[in-house]
Amino acid sequence: MLEFRNVSYSAGDADILNNVSFTVDERFVAVTGPNGSGKSTVAKLISGIYTPTSGQILFDGIDITNMSITDRAKSGISFAFQQPVRFKGLTVKDLISLAASKDGKKISAAEACQYLSEVGLCAREYIGREIDASLSGGELKRIEIAMTMARDGKLTVFDEPEAGIDLWSFNNLISVFKKMYEKTHGSIIIISHQERILEIADKIILIADGEIADVGSGDEILPKLLKNGYAFGSCSRLSNGRRREEK
Amino acid sequence: MPLDAIQRELLNKIADLHEVPQGAYSLRINGQLHGKNSSENITIEKKTDKPGIDIYIKAGTKNESVHIPVLLSQTGITELVYNDFHIGEDADVTIVAGCGIHNGGSEKSEHSGIHSFFLEKNSKVKYVEKHYGSGDGSGENVMNPTTYVELAEGATMEMETAQIKGVDSTDRTTKAVLGDNATLIVHEKLMTHGKQYAKTTFEVELNGENSGTHVVSRAVARDNSHQVFLSNIHGNNRCSGHTECDAIIMDDASISAIPEISAKHIDASLIHEAAIGKIAGEQLIKLMTLGLTEKEAEEQIIGGFLK
Repeated sequence: MLEFRNVSYSAGDADILNNVSFTVDERFVAVTGPNGSGKSTVAKLISGIYTPTSGQILFDGIDITNMSITDRAKSGISFAFQQPVRFKGLTVKDLISLAASKDGKKISAAEACQYLSEVGLCAREYIGREIDASLSGGELKRIEIAMTMARDGKLTVFDEPEAGIDLWSFNNLISVFKKMYEKTHGSIIIISHQERILEIADKIILIADGEIADVGSGDEILPKLLKNGYAFGSCSRLSNGRRREEK
Repeated sequence: MPLDAIQRELLNKIADLHEVPQGAYSLRINGQLHGKNSSENITIEKKTDKPGIDIYIKAGTKNESVHIPVLLSQTGITELVYNDFHIGEDADVTIVAGCGIHNGGSEKSEHSGIHSFFLEKNSKVKYVEKHYGSGDGSGENVMNPTTYVELAEGATMEMETAQIKGVDSTDRTTKAVLGDNATLIVHEKLMTHGKQYAKTTFEVELNGENSGTHVVSRAVARDNSHQVFLSNIHGNNRCSGHTECDAIIMDDASISAIPEISAKHIDASLIHEAAIGKIAGEQLIKLMTLGLTEKEAEEQIIGGFLK
């Protein structure tokens, strides 16, 4: 589905990614690593917001290294921002409709509402709201996820979906991802620090200092990560409690 | 005389109408009164001393509307028209005005309308005004509307004005005087392109106790166009006033926003806000990740902003 071949990326004098290669064919892949390791850069390289300094990116066997953001979106790559963007005047319905419109198809208000309900927002209350400063960060984040659900891409990339979400919403978020995992026709890549997100991944890619530090199945990688402190539990009391239950 | 295709198109753009309207209306075409109709509660009379009409709305008239579109489809017409609206106590009506110019010639076409509104006690008016210009001639389309509003005790006026396309030069002035508990709400939408020039001035006198106003302008300036926004709210009593100008600047356009608030009373509460900026890069990128081209993304953002 997706392949990075010796991809490097630098911004000014700073080398952000250095000779990174990996493949994504699994349904659910998590990219993790410490802050500043280059994780979000990977997401932006996949969606076309950044272009590699060197190396190749292949999507379904096609070289997309120099393809525009728009063409990548049209070919099935969908991207949920870490910090959702606000728009004066555009409503939740406008954006969900834009996200869902492919090949000239339009979605109905009822379908748009369905996506909002799935991320735990009362559709009737939110569908007509403007995506402006009146929405909180958590609300925007959920709308961003509803948009990617509406987009239904072959490859969906989430950049730290947990950032800016409270614990209560976080639990719902996990169930949203579990549901997406069941439903998806393609692959999902999540950039995340969260143990509970890493737990549901088929494959974990660990990035440190701009390089791939480790790749493997969740069972292989997660215990190592927890030992080294790369991944964070959602809250120590919660994860301790859960571990006790598991015992 | 039936309307021709160009006139019908103009009428559609400024008033969402396809033919001569039903009910109370006055239609002015190429400098002449084309037709008018009064209804039981709304009387329209042609002025005898100068061009224009007097519109009388009976006290207590509810949920009725008046259309007064102006069309110019001949090149080289310059006109100055006076329209006075007398709104009776407790009336609640919608007034749809607007001017459409199609200038296919090389001479200047100019319409200047002076609209005066006198709202009596507790009456309510929603006033919608759209300006639109078209035509492939080299002649300029010019519109200089002046609106004067007098709100008596408890009266409310809501103004929605829009000028989106084709007007080369506009100088719009709105003056309002508010009595006790009166409210004025203005939503202005403006887009200029090419070498267009638009100046808009609001002057609001909050004289009455508990009077209030919101003057909100959203503007987009593209190409080499130039816009000036001026607003001055005077708080002369216990009152609240808010003026806001939010503008998107594109290409080589220029915009000046000059809000002013002045208070002469300890309980006057006045706010002004003004912002000018280009479309945020992240907004374009977000829409591009949804499959829109940069151009389509820009259109969506502007369309939403001016909605």
